[in-house]
Amino acid sequence: MKWGIRIMPREVLLDSQGRAVEGLLKQNHFQLSTCRVGRYIELDLQETTEENAKIEIKKMLDFALYNPLIETYTIERLNL
Amino acid sequence: MKIGITRFPGTNCDYDVEKMVQHFSHTPVWLWHQDKFDIQSVDAVIIPGGFSYGDYLRCGALASRSPVMSSVREFAEKGKPVLGICNGFQILCESGLLPGALTRNEGLKFIDDWSSLEVDNPNSFFGSRLQKGQTLNLPIAHGEGRYWIPAEGLKKLHDHQQIWLKYKKNPNGSMNDIAGVMNEKKNVVGLMPHPERALALWMGGQDGMEFL
Repeated sequence: MKWGIRIMPREVLLDSQGRAVEGLLKQNHFQLSTCRVGRYIELDLQETTEENAKIEIKKMLDFALYNPLIETYTIERLNL
Repeated sequence: MKIGITRFPGTNCDYDVEKMVQHFSHTPVWLWHQDKFDIQSVDAVIIPGGFSYGDYLRCGALASRSPVMSSVREFAEKGKPVLGICNGFQILCESGLLPGALTRNEGLKFIDDWSSLEVDNPNSFFGSRLQKGQTLNLPIAHGEGRYWIPAEGLKKLHDHQQIWLKYKKNPNGSMNDIAGVMNEKKNVVGLMPHPERALALWMGGQDGMEFL
């Protein structure tokens, strides 16, 4: 069962990467209001139920995958 | 005194810290990242700088969850002194032993320079001869040294005199010009600048001599 985790910098935090990419796009005449840059993690789990998989993913997130002080996350099921 | 020096894959200031420790006639004890250690075997721990685990995931994130850090945590909880330099500071923040987080420099550039610092609150173990308001010059070398903490955390830092060092001219967008902080008990300290790279005039300055 494959899962994707999207991790983004918190809105209150200056996202310097996002700001730099936004600047580059705007300099090249792309139309956008803002750009933010985060990271994406794919996990392939042995869990057979969605409920158990989400419990495991949450444990992994809390253990290391994200820093709650500066980041937020969303989890999605991938049909790969 | 025996001073433990942690080593992770990617640590690159270990020999500099070893030299600093020897300079003060202390005995360095290597602490390997995959091994726990007897907390009675050392009197202090220094976590040197570098790029532990290639800075993967977040700077210090993987190192902070390694076996050696569980012993460092146990050591720190006994009130024993722990110093994190640069990546060591990032590791201490990631492990929760120090408050806050180190994020990417405001200007995105890796900065390798000398910085002028002011002592906000002296620490009684590391740099005990330093006076409040004293100016120091130390090298900095980091891409992710912008200290950040939520507003309530910043207030707590001020209230408990946990801000150790401040930049006189902020190089990286660090909140309130913070270059180094302490935990509430003041036995765990971290700073982004490198005292071990400023031990003699031929190195460009010797203010690092004040830190042990």
